[in-house]
Formats: sequence, C-alpha cells, structure tokens
Amino acid sequence: MTSDAKKLSLLLLFIPFALWIALLIVLPHIGMFELSLKEKIAPRVYEYSLANYKNFVTEPIYWNTLLRTGGVSLLVTFLALLIGFPVAYYIAKVAGKRSKGALFLLCLIPLWVSDLIRAFGWILLLRETGVISTALQASGLIDGPIEFLYNDATVVMGLVYTVVLFMIVPLVSTLDGMDNEMIEAGYNLGGNGFTVLRRIIIPYAMPGIVAGCIVVFMLSAGSYLTPILLGGKNSSWFTEQIYDQFITRYNWESGAAFGFVLLIFTSFVVWLGLKLSGQTLSSTVAKS
Amino acid sequence: MGQAVQQPILRNGYRLYMLLFFVFLAAPLVAAGVFAFNDSMFPSLPWRGFTLDWFFSDVDPKIGMFHDRRLLRGLYYSFVIGSMVAALSVFVGTCNAFLFVRYDFRGKNFFYILMILPLVIPGVILGISILAMASNLANGVERSFGIELELLRPGIFLVVLGQFSFITTISSLIITARLKKFDSSMEEAAYNLGASRARVLRTVTLPFLRPAMIAAAIVAFLVSFENFNTTLFLVGSEAPLTITMYDRMVKVGSTPVLNAVSFFLMLGSALLALVSVLIQRDKSDQS
Amino acid sequence: MNTSTSVPDLECHQISKNFGSVQAVDQVSFDIPPGSFFSILGPSGCGKTTLMRMIAGFESPSNGDIRIKGQSVLGTPPNKRNVKMVFQHLALFPMMNVYDNIAYGLRCNGVKRADIDRKVGDVLERVALPDLAKREIHQLSGGQKQRIAIARCMVLDPDVLLLDEPLGALDLKLREAMKIELKLLQHQFNTTFVYITHDQSEALVMSDHVAVMNEGRFEQIGTPQTLYHKPATSFVAGFVGESNQWRGTVVDSTTDSISVDVGTGFKAIATPPPGAGLASGSAVTVFVRPEHISVDRAHHAAADASAKTNELSGTIDSLLFNGANSRVLVRDLTGELIEADITLTGGLDDPKPGESVRLSWHAASALCF
Repeated sequence: MTSDAKKLSLLLLFIPFALWIALLIVLPHIGMFELSLKEKIAPRVYEYSLANYKNFVTEPIYWNTLLRTGGVSLLVTFLALLIGFPVAYYIAKVAGKRSKGALFLLCLIPLWVSDLIRAFGWILLLRETGVISTALQASGLIDGPIEFLYNDATVVMGLVYTVVLFMIVPLVSTLDGMDNEMIEAGYNLGGNGFTVLRRIIIPYAMPGIVAGCIVVFMLSAGSYLTPILLGGKNSSWFTEQIYDQFITRYNWESGAAFGFVLLIFTSFVVWLGLKLSGQTLSSTVAKS
Repeated sequence: MGQAVQQPILRNGYRLYMLLFFVFLAAPLVAAGVFAFNDSMFPSLPWRGFTLDWFFSDVDPKIGMFHDRRLLRGLYYSFVIGSMVAALSVFVGTCNAFLFVRYDFRGKNFFYILMILPLVIPGVILGISILAMASNLANGVERSFGIELELLRPGIFLVVLGQFSFITTISSLIITARLKKFDSSMEEAAYNLGASRARVLRTVTLPFLRPAMIAAAIVAFLVSFENFNTTLFLVGSEAPLTITMYDRMVKVGSTPVLNAVSFFLMLGSALLALVSVLIQRDKSDQS
Repeated sequence: MNTSTSVPDLECHQISKNFGSVQAVDQVSFDIPPGSFFSILGPSGCGKTTLMRMIAGFESPSNGDIRIKGQSVLGTPPNKRNVKMVFQHLALFPMMNVYDNIAYGLRCNGVKRADIDRKVGDVLERVALPDLAKREIHQLSGGQKQRIAIARCMVLDPDVLLLDEPLGALDLKLREAMKIELKLLQHQFNTTFVYITHDQSEALVMSDHVAVMNEGRFEQIGTPQTLYHKPATSFVAGFVGESNQWRGTVVDSTTDSISVDVGTGFKAIATPPPGAGLASGSAVTVFVRPEHISVDRAHHAAADASAKTNELSGTIDSLLFNGANSRVLVRDLTGELIEADITLTGGLDDPKPGESVRLSWHAASALCF
C-alpha cells in the first residue's frame, strides 16, 4: 500500500472512533461538568458557582450516602473475590477436561440475565410471603413469617450475587493460561499449599484479579436496581440520589454535580487499585 | 492437578463448595422462572398446579405475556434497540480493531485507554451526561432556530446512543482480540494470488473475523436487552422491556406474568449466549 | 520460444533496500535461467526475506531493478506480478476448503467456472492429492498442506515460484521427505523455484544453484558442489558444511601453498584462495573439513606421512557415534578440540577415549582466507 493510501485508510478508520469517543463520551462529560457548575438563581437564569458541590459537602446525608456506597461496594468486591476465586480455580485447574467446559458455560450463560430478573428472583425467595419463609414455616422451624428483605445484609448478598460472575470469568481466563507445571514446580521446590498460593498462583493471576475487582467495583457502585429492590426505597445508594435529583426533583444541575462526584470517586478508587497492584487499565480490563 | 486438593476430605469439601455455589447461582433464577408455571394469582408457594396461562391466556385476570400489549410493545422496542446497538457497535468495533491492530499513530496508547474507558464509567453517569448534552443541544437549536429536534429528546434514538456508548468498548475488545490472532501473511498470500485489496478484505480478512463479529453482535444485543441504568435516564414513551417490567413491578407488584417474561428472557439469552460461546469455540478447532 | 539466448526468468540488478539506517539488502545482482531450482542461503537476519519480499512486490527496492522474463516489474503491484509465493507458515485460508484455496487465484483472474474445475483437478493430480478437493484445511497433514500451498500457486502458472522456508515448521522426518518431493515437483512443473532457507542441507540437496547471503550481500553464487569444495570467502567456508577452524598469521606464502602460524607452535600448510596473494603477517583463518582429516594410532608410524603435509598429535577426548557419520573429538597438545570423521565398526579395533592418535591432512584440503 502506498503511504498516501495508508494515511487515507487510517483517517477513515479514525473517524468512527473519534465521533464515538468525542460525541458520546468526552463532550457529554464536559457538558455534565459545566452543568454541575451552574446555579439557578431565577427561572431560566443561571450563574456559574460551586453551589451544587457546596450543597453536597454541607449535607451530611449526601456524602454519607456516597461513603456508604463506596464502602459497601468495596466489601462486595472483596466478598466477590473471596467467593469467586475458589470457583475460578476449580474450573481452571481442578476440574477435568469435560466438566471444565460445562462448568464455565454454567457461569457464562447467566452472565447476561438482567439485574432486574435476578433481583426479582431474590424477592420471590426472601420476602415475607416468599419461598424461604414459607418453607421454614411449613417445616415448623419458625412460627410466623420472616421478612428477609430490606436490610443491609440482603443488599450486600444481592450485589455479590449480581457481580460475582464478572469476577469469575476474567479469573478463569487468567488461571487457564497458567502452566500446571508452574504449580507443580512450586510444590516440587518445597512449597506448601499456602506458599504456592501466595507466591505463585496469586501473583500470576493478578491481572485477572485486578480486572475482576475493577469491573465488580464499578458495577456495584453504579448499580441501581439491586439496592433499591432488595434494600427498599431507603437503601441510601448514591445512584438513587442522582436519580432523585434528575427525575423526581428535576434539579439537573445538582444531579450533574452528584454524577461528577460519583465519577471522580469511582475513578479514584480504580486508580488507587491499579497503583497499589502495579497494573494498568490496558493490562487488566482490556484483556478480560 | 492441584496437589492442594489431593486429600479426599479437602477434595469433597471443595466439591461441596462448588455445588453450593451453583445452587446459590441458580436459586433466584429458578425462583424467577418456575413461578411462571404456577396456577396461582401470586408468584409464591404453595404450588397450585402447572399452567401455561401466564404465557398464553387472554382472559382477565390472567392475561398471559403474549396477550399483554405493554409487555409485547416493550419486547418489540427492546428488540429494535438491541438490533440497532448491535449493528452500530459491531461496525465501529470492527473499525476500532483495525485501527488499533493495524496502524501506528501518535498517541495510540492514549486513544486505546480512551477506548476502554467507557467500560469503567458507571452506566448512570453515561445516561445523565448524554441526556444533559442532548437536551442542551435541543434547547439551543430550539432557541436559535425555532426548530424542535424531537430526536434529541428522550426516546429510542437516545437510548441507542447511550447503550452504544459503552457497548462499543465490549465489541471492540472482542473483535480486536480476534484480529490480533490473524496471521497477516494470509492477506499477503491472497494479494500475491492476484486479489485486489478490497477482495482480500472481503474474502480473507472479514471471513476470519466473522465468528468474533457474530459473537460481539450477540453480546451487544444481550447487554442492550438487559441494560437498565443507562436506559432509565434516556427512555421516552417507547420503553424497552426491562423498563416496562420495572414499572410493572413497582406499580402493580409482582405478578406471575413477570415470571413468564423472566423465563422467556432467560431462555432467550441463554440460547444466544450458548450460540456465541459455540461460535467462538469453533475457531480453536480451526487453528 | 526458439531464441538461442534464453531470457532469464528472474533478474535482479544491483538491488538495495534500506530501512532507515539499516542496510537490509546491499547491491545484490543475479539472474536465474528458466526452469532451475535456485536457493538463497543465509543466517536469519541476513536480508534474504527482504530480498524475497521485494521480488514478490511486498517491498519496493531503494535502488536497482527486478526483471521477470526480461520485463521490469518495479511499478507492478504484487497482485499483478506473475510471481507466486509459498509462505513460511503456508498461509492457507482456514475458512475455505482445499478446492477453494486452489481456485482462489483463478477466481481473482476471472477464469471461467469450467476451466477452474479442470485446472484445480489437474494440479491436484500433479501434486498427487487428487481426492482432497473437498477437505477442510485443518484436516490435512503437514505434508499435504505443503503440497496444497504449492498447488495453489502452481495452478496460476507463475513465471517464478518463491518459497520462504516452508519446511521450517515440519518435523525432521517429514522435512527430509519433503526435500526430495520438492525437488521432484520442481522437475515436474519445470518452473523456476527460488527457495529461501537458513538450512544448508535443504539448499545443498535441492538446488541447481545456491547463493550464500550474509549481511545483505551475496557472498558467492554457485552449484552446491562448488560452494562446498571451493568456497570463495571465509563466510561461505564457515557457513556451508562443517569445518575445524584455526586463526593465525601468515608466515610464508607462494602461489599454491601458504604456511600459517596458528600461535600454538603448530604451523599449518594450506591452500590460499585463488587470485588473492596473502602477504606474510596478514591474519587469516584456516578451514579443514572433518572428513579430510585422517586419524591414525600414534604408535603406528603413518605409512604415507610424506603425502600429508599437516600433522598433529593428541588424545581422543570422546567418540560421537552416529552410524556412518561417526566422529571423533581429539584434544591436541594445546588443549583444543579437533573433529574428524572415522568409521566405527563396533569391533575391538575401534579407537577408544584416552588413546593417543596422530591427525593428518593434505594441504590441498586446508583452505585459508
């Protein structure tokens, strides 16, 4: 190919990419930032100010909600890793060749079931008139119906449930690429189960672990349905506050400010996670 | 195999753990699906017998999902949106794959990170930022020219754009991974055998990418179908299925017709996911 | 076609290629007469692949001219050149079956359907795989893939077929078989083959002519025998076949004999390269092939010692048994190891490690550059 033709085709390929990123990612975020700096001082009259951010800082309920969202999401991420890692390890390294494919498929297929249906399923199981409560009553273990919904433990459980597969899938692909001989060499050189896990398996799986953690954290912090449906209307989830500002109060300026705060907060956590683990975005998320 | 799990007690314990995990994974899905077949007005125990009424009945009070106008309309809109998002994101994803695999240009790494970025932006924020920009633009046009741009108000177009904005990252990654495995001497061979550049692309490169493009389209369609967070802010009167279901759940409470829809969706997405997995697996046999 | 001086199928005239400051190919000229098997032999990174890609048209030379059947092809894009190429990893199209792979080029040229059928059938017949048309590529064995890759090119009746180390990926046994088969195929098609390899045995076994390439230049072009027995440069002497090598300085030279002090008290008598008078004091390397060194037990007075002008004594360090190609490693008095071919019969008379031996060879078989 001549260099002119090469330049032309590069340009033609760059246009869709540039349009997508500029019009749907960069410009909207700049616009959102600008919107968040506006303050309504009279109907249809706006002024630039930091009022929306000031509002966020001075109302404890807002930043408490943010901290709670962040904290719970970190807990969810940790639990998802704790629960998901053994499952991924089993699929990648312990299961036989045949069952391996089948087990992985069992993990892949529910990946695309909507959060709504998952939450709906949990509601049917856990509510006062739900399957578990009814079954426990029928078996005589409890006397009256029990409400399992609308508490924090259920929200955490529901979130872990929604995100754990996004932890397992990248972990399986990473662990799958690991040579069995490496583990055997670890034992052969005198390591015990724990040191092999800590010195060989976990460092090797690090890109997968970080990728899983980032995706899981973002999904959890950005989720809306699971905390609302399982935690009730007062589950204090930050996305709910954004929705509230945007749709219920129609205060877009404040909603944009909240959105921006959430974006900064989650980006910071992701950045911190990448720095602490010594990974980069392209070495982790892009691989999964 | 892992020596850590050689002892029978540990091994059986590990197996039990896996079993429990899959029970955990399946429980709510089974609950959501199975009550679609319970001959009762409520999706709860006790079991009152098997019925298909919640799919096919057209008599009040048991209106089956295939006779429920609003649910069917939601399904239709979801289908339209999903197809558009799949087509668009596969097209742009394919361009991106060629751009990042085949070319070197200034700032490539920076742009590559920009490409991944939408995946780590919460969906809610994508939704509100696109909503804000579209409204801003529409208001501006209205004020300056007196033209109402219906397209930029919440509706199918914005929903498609919102979902497309992050699904394109997923499709780009899937297609890029496949293109990286392509042995470019195959293109040279075709060129050497007398094919024109366009013919090489049509007969060699694109057929090689086809499994990844189909898989990316399926994944894009499924993600679009189940998306809620981004869609919520951009939706107009043409609500896709997840929004309609959510509405129904909040306003009417849970009814078995929702179980019927859930069952239908799970079956559909499982089949599509299976197809996409099988298509991608096919390539390992070929190479 | 009755011209008395036949036009070469392929001529390269003074072609060079540089990538930035790297000179990949440096003023290479050669021409290949019709219907011959020509190999370009060189270590990896010597520029042979770049040279081949220029002939195929994937790269354009910085300087010089490439002519096919007498016509310059510099302005012709690869898809219009009648030069076809078998790639290193064959590059068969996995999404097409054997028939479609072979028909690919014909379809590109707009050949009629019936003709395609006939030609594909013909070429499959000629590579002795007539029943494989409907097979998928991944169902073929390594050797079959090889032949299909050649058939895919030959069906287009090229002026020159380029082969870029296509045997590299095969296992040893199959590679040996394919060497012979390639040679036979070339005879049968009677097309000019240009074969690129870093494996000297491939080049020597198959070729009519071999060019040895090093650092972008051709060191020598000749028949395999010439390259082996009369290398023109020290690189060729060292690269083609195996040799014992001594570095040293010239102490005395005449036109047909030269004596070299290799610094260990041993004075080697060697044959100087033709035409190049080496002055006393110049640094040279002496090459002696293992098969030219005879090994005698030390206590046997060598009967024809007078005829052999070089003699060294040492002890046997180890025996390398390999059937008819067995070797002995002899450590001389200065501690250097020398390889020599011997015959091991398995009898009691075979030499054993630790024995003292005397090595001797003719000055005529010791080359010096």
